[in-house]
Amino acid sequence: MAKYILKRILIAIPLIFVISILCFMLMRACPYDAVDAMIKPGMSQDAIALMRAKYGYDRPAAVQYFAWLGSILSGRMGYSIVSKQSIALDLATRIPNTLKLMLPSYLTAYVLAIVLGLIAGSHKGRRADKIIDGLASVGIATPTFWVSMLMMYVFSYRLHVFLSVGMHTVGMEGDFGDFLRHFLMPYIVLIIAFTPDLVRYVRSSTITQYSEDYVMVQRAFGAKKSEIMFHHVLKNVLLPVLTKLGMALPMLITGAIITETIFSWPGVGPYFVTAVSGLDYPVVMMILLLSSTLVVLGNLLADILCCLTDPRIKDMG
Amino acid sequence: MAKQVTAQTIRTAKEQSLQNARRRRIENVSSALRRDKLAIVSIVLLLVIIVVSLLAPLLPLHPNANDVANMLSGPTKEHILGTDELGRDYLARVIYGGRVSLLVGFLAMLASCFIGILVGTVAGFMGGIVDAVLMRIVDVLSSIPWLILVTVVSLFLSRGIRSIILVIGLFTWMSTARLVRAETLSIKERDFIQYAKFNGVSTWKNIFFHVIPSALPTIIIVATTSMADAIMTESALSFLGLGLVPPNSSWGSLLQRAQSHLSSSIHMAIVPGVLIIITVFAFNKLGNLLRIYVEPRISDGEKG
Repeated sequence: MAKYILKRILIAIPLIFVISILCFMLMRACPYDAVDAMIKPGMSQDAIALMRAKYGYDRPAAVQYFAWLGSILSGRMGYSIVSKQSIALDLATRIPNTLKLMLPSYLTAYVLAIVLGLIAGSHKGRRADKIIDGLASVGIATPTFWVSMLMMYVFSYRLHVFLSVGMHTVGMEGDFGDFLRHFLMPYIVLIIAFTPDLVRYVRSSTITQYSEDYVMVQRAFGAKKSEIMFHHVLKNVLLPVLTKLGMALPMLITGAIITETIFSWPGVGPYFVTAVSGLDYPVVMMILLLSSTLVVLGNLLADILCCLTDPRIKDMG
Repeated sequence: MAKQVTAQTIRTAKEQSLQNARRRRIENVSSALRRDKLAIVSIVLLLVIIVVSLLAPLLPLHPNANDVANMLSGPTKEHILGTDELGRDYLARVIYGGRVSLLVGFLAMLASCFIGILVGTVAGFMGGIVDAVLMRIVDVLSSIPWLILVTVVSLFLSRGIRSIILVIGLFTWMSTARLVRAETLSIKERDFIQYAKFNGVSTWKNIFFHVIPSALPTIIIVATTSMADAIMTESALSFLGLGLVPPNSSWGSLLQRAQSHLSSSIHMAIVPGVLIIITVFAFNKLGNLLRIYVEPRISDGEKG
């Protein structure tokens, strides 16, 4: 098993490396860089060249790449071209806000999906299944931003129960009730966004388990429905579902870009969208690098969880 | 004489079993449809949407004509869905927006399928180092969250319909490539391909005349679902303001503009949204039905 995990890690490292090279090349391909942003009108060509030399832009691309990589690994992520703020500091305030929204909503969606998926899968073809599967299909086809707009209309403009902008009302930062009034709408929207996909996954693996021979044997021996469900099927369904948690790792940072933007939640989403529309390349590339690294790590984590929970896999590795 | 009779019997028996298989497939699909009324409704609505979009220039609608006296009006006799902030007939805007959404979705799907099929078949058929390199490229590209990848690339292109099709097409082909590659790996082992290879048929000829036609059922299913994905992607990008530029508009950009008139005219947000849902839902269902037809053993749901 250790060998299998090691092999997975050895595959993941070059992948992250290649992604970082891709980011660096994209950043260099930009028509506008950090030095251009510092140039003031009236500066002489010599001064500009001096500045380029000072920041190392005159060195060969490969040297620049390794210098860049080194500084990222030591935690210096560079500065935004537009606001001149440190990207690391900006992210350090924004990632916790995103987590505050993403962790509760993903976990709720996850639990909800397991319950609904098990109900649907064990009642395949019956009314409960039809309703759950139908809702999940409609949910997959529904754009999240549209749900957000309707919720905003109903709860914010008509009923005035929730607030649709930001995370706190100015001056009420410590008030938990105020936080909830901001939090609940994006929270519900994200649950609606994440649940349908997960439900279908749980449902189809439940259906597969119910068609296995061991269920038939249990039935033949006269086991009760609840016994089959909780003693046998549940365990087999939950294991692959558990490994899906690893895949959710990148979602924690970039899973809510659109929803956060609509509700002006002060997380990574609006930061990214503002950077994209303001052509703030260093910020964009840093988020690109961060999120893709998380995807690779998430897949690695999923593989490892899968291997730990299912001993059959280590033989295939 | 006796030999001939046996041959004929075998042939009729074969035809019979083929016919039976086809009948069983159609039965599977129709029973799936009978159980899923929502699918029928959505596919009929999708057909209506497509026909109206195609015939839009023949209808007495002017998406860019201003009616300055009636700006942001609610539904009236003249304007069934009211007018927008510039006094343009909203029904016409929605229909013409649908044309753009469907067109972008269709062309992006074609581009994405083209690249996906090319990469998938070449990687699967050639194997070895070509396969390894192509699949690592797929790995790298699918490691970047799609929304981030697509927005970053759209930074480098000027905005407009052409670049949005390009962006969606160029960066959503990875799952198609994986599926087609898996299909190619199994097709490659069949006798007729081995025979063609043995007779010196070139790789490209083999791919175009043998592998792609055999993988066609899978390809059509993938194309249907990727059409749905492309429409979703386009609407999300346009909603974030990274998609189309005015006066062009799609359902996504109509929704973006409706955001600023939420409290006064909510119908401006509801209509394009419902149309997106119907379209995406119907394409997904269509893909599912095709899958039931192609893989008769998967009766329903299990892979859906």
